[in-house]
Amino acid sequence: MGEKVLITGNEAIGEAAVRAGCRFFFGYPITPQNKIPEYLSYRLPQVGGCFVQAESEIAAIYMVFGAAGAGARVLTSSSSPGISLKQEGISYISAAELPCVIVNVMRGGPGLGGILPSQSDYFQATKGGGHGDYHLLVLAPSTVQEAANLVMDAFDLADKYCNPVMVLADGYIGQMMEPVEFKEKPPIELPTKDWAVTGAKNRPRNLIKSLYLDPEELEQHNLKLHRKYVEMAKNEVRVEAYLTDDAEILIAAYGTVARIAKTAIKILREKGIKVGMVRPITVFPFPYEAFAKISEEVDDILVVEMSLGQMIEDVKLGVCGRAKVHFYGRVGGMVPTYDEIVREIEKIKRSRVL
Amino acid sequence: MVGKIVIDKELCKGCALCVSACPQKLIVVAEEINSKGYHPAEFVDSDGVCTGCTLCALTCPEVAIEVFREEKP
Amino acid sequence: MMKVVFERPKSMFPVPTHYCPGCGHGIVHRLLAEVIDEFGIRERVVGVAPVGCSVFLYNYINCDMYEAAHGRAPAIATGCKRVHPDLILFTYQGDGDLASIGTAEIIHAANRGENITVLFLNNAIYGMTGGQMAPTTILGQRTTTCPLGRSPKREGYPIRIAEMLATLEGVTYIARVAVHNPRAIIAAKKALKKAFEVQINGLGFSLVEFLSPCPTGWGMPPAEATKWVEAKMIQTFPLGEFKVPKSEKG
Repeated sequence: MGEKVLITGNEAIGEAAVRAGCRFFFGYPITPQNKIPEYLSYRLPQVGGCFVQAESEIAAIYMVFGAAGAGARVLTSSSSPGISLKQEGISYISAAELPCVIVNVMRGGPGLGGILPSQSDYFQATKGGGHGDYHLLVLAPSTVQEAANLVMDAFDLADKYCNPVMVLADGYIGQMMEPVEFKEKPPIELPTKDWAVTGAKNRPRNLIKSLYLDPEELEQHNLKLHRKYVEMAKNEVRVEAYLTDDAEILIAAYGTVARIAKTAIKILREKGIKVGMVRPITVFPFPYEAFAKISEEVDDILVVEMSLGQMIEDVKLGVCGRAKVHFYGRVGGMVPTYDEIVREIEKIKRSRVL
Repeated sequence: MVGKIVIDKELCKGCALCVSACPQKLIVVAEEINSKGYHPAEFVDSDGVCTGCTLCALTCPEVAIEVFREEKP
Repeated sequence: MMKVVFERPKSMFPVPTHYCPGCGHGIVHRLLAEVIDEFGIRERVVGVAPVGCSVFLYNYINCDMYEAAHGRAPAIATGCKRVHPDLILFTYQGDGDLASIGTAEIIHAANRGENITVLFLNNAIYGMTGGQMAPTTILGQRTTTCPLGRSPKREGYPIRIAEMLATLEGVTYIARVAVHNPRAIIAAKKALKKAFEVQINGLGFSLVEFLSPCPTGWGMPPAEATKWVEAKMIQTFPLGEFKVPKSEKG
């Protein structure tokens, strides 16, 4: 459309979903993502869609199950504790191979925690969260514009793989306002949803289920799911390499932290320290290869997260001992400043010289 | 006879609810057992008094009973 | 010339069931299939099966179906009905599914007046998992998790779902029936037909609670179990219509 609007990340996420053809939202209020249900409660009726404020996040995820099983593009959003509640439903949706988009606007945890941003749900998002061998495709935006773009991609990816896709944002991205342009996406070819529950007219009935009591059958089903994740790893990895060509020290960060790191990198380069960054955009499938390659060029990688070290484990897997992996993190809603990141890199630089 | 029933012996689990339901006591639990090991219900109507009232079929949890009734001329 | 006056409904798969001898599920499944046949709606019916003995509902009823997580069927039905308002949605739930883990979902689906039909099978026990106490287990009844018999002090009172939901302004038709003898079964079918009619006419939320025997769980033969429904269950769970569509009220 070419028109730029100044809106919050939450609203951008909501509008992006509508632009992607999503007409169903089921969710529950929780800070800091309340603007997503609030925005969609008036926007969806405008486009003939349906908004339901469910009685809980658990009910909401099962409404998603129902709507996704009926063949619709459907969104739910929540924040950390609410995403915990949804885990069983997410496992069911993955097992039943239903497409949907789940937005987590991360806040401080664990427990009731706080309402300020964190990145403490990385493990939950990428290593399971719910029971069983399944994975979500997880996209991690760094700006409000990127959040809008990734939400639109998320619906296509969900339909492509018949798998839930998570957009992993944080309270900053959700609540800050930035200019956003909703680009027209060229339609892509997607499989038809002939498995959907639409009434068994002129066809055998469809059954949306996840129970396979026969262990051989269940193993085959698990292998089928697994093949999807292998495909995702082959085709869907997204990563940004920022000033890595001549980098002597590397930062690994995603989401809001990556933005802050970019400022730190600018300051460090002005000080004569050549720092670059590898920013995962998909945290599942994780860009292990990018880290494997870069760890042959640099000796030190500083992982910065708003957690006490979750993505660092995946970084280490990619690096595989080829470089030293350092960590700096803030939690509880505290956000690392670019000053702190600059100091950490200077510490690393000093320790190398000694 | 006005009515008759046909009991699917293999579907029957011998719960005998039909035995209690029949107002004319025309159903008994058989001596034989079916392939699942149940004693199925058996329709015994030597006097041809079954009216095809369907009370047995109504109460059968296995849909094992079909009921037939003579068409009125 | 003999004609068939009772046969298997077309919407039921012609297969043996896994239910225990004398279990009420088989009867209610058949009533459901008969009603679907009589309204001619099989091609636009969508069912949501529960977790419990009747998890395999989809093996017996031939229509589009979801298998729900324990208690969440009303939420799944809501999601589907909002996408396809023209389809006829039903959930089929036991007392653990609906009255324990799923209490929030049933109350709120009812409160929102979702245009769905709920079949609630109340046999006062958890059948599938081996006979534990249900929220609807009656006072004095012994189960594997209240071996001394349910007492108000230890376990609280049994919960009356039909009466409770009937207090919500948003519900349209709530009835409690039983399937322990042919007369009750005939009345049960009438109520179920009415419930589906409410949905077909777009009038709102309908629920029929079926009191049903569980011979295995109760530790008694089928005939005795049906007598227990009459002698004990109906005292705690009276039969009747607790809410009817406005047009019916005088």
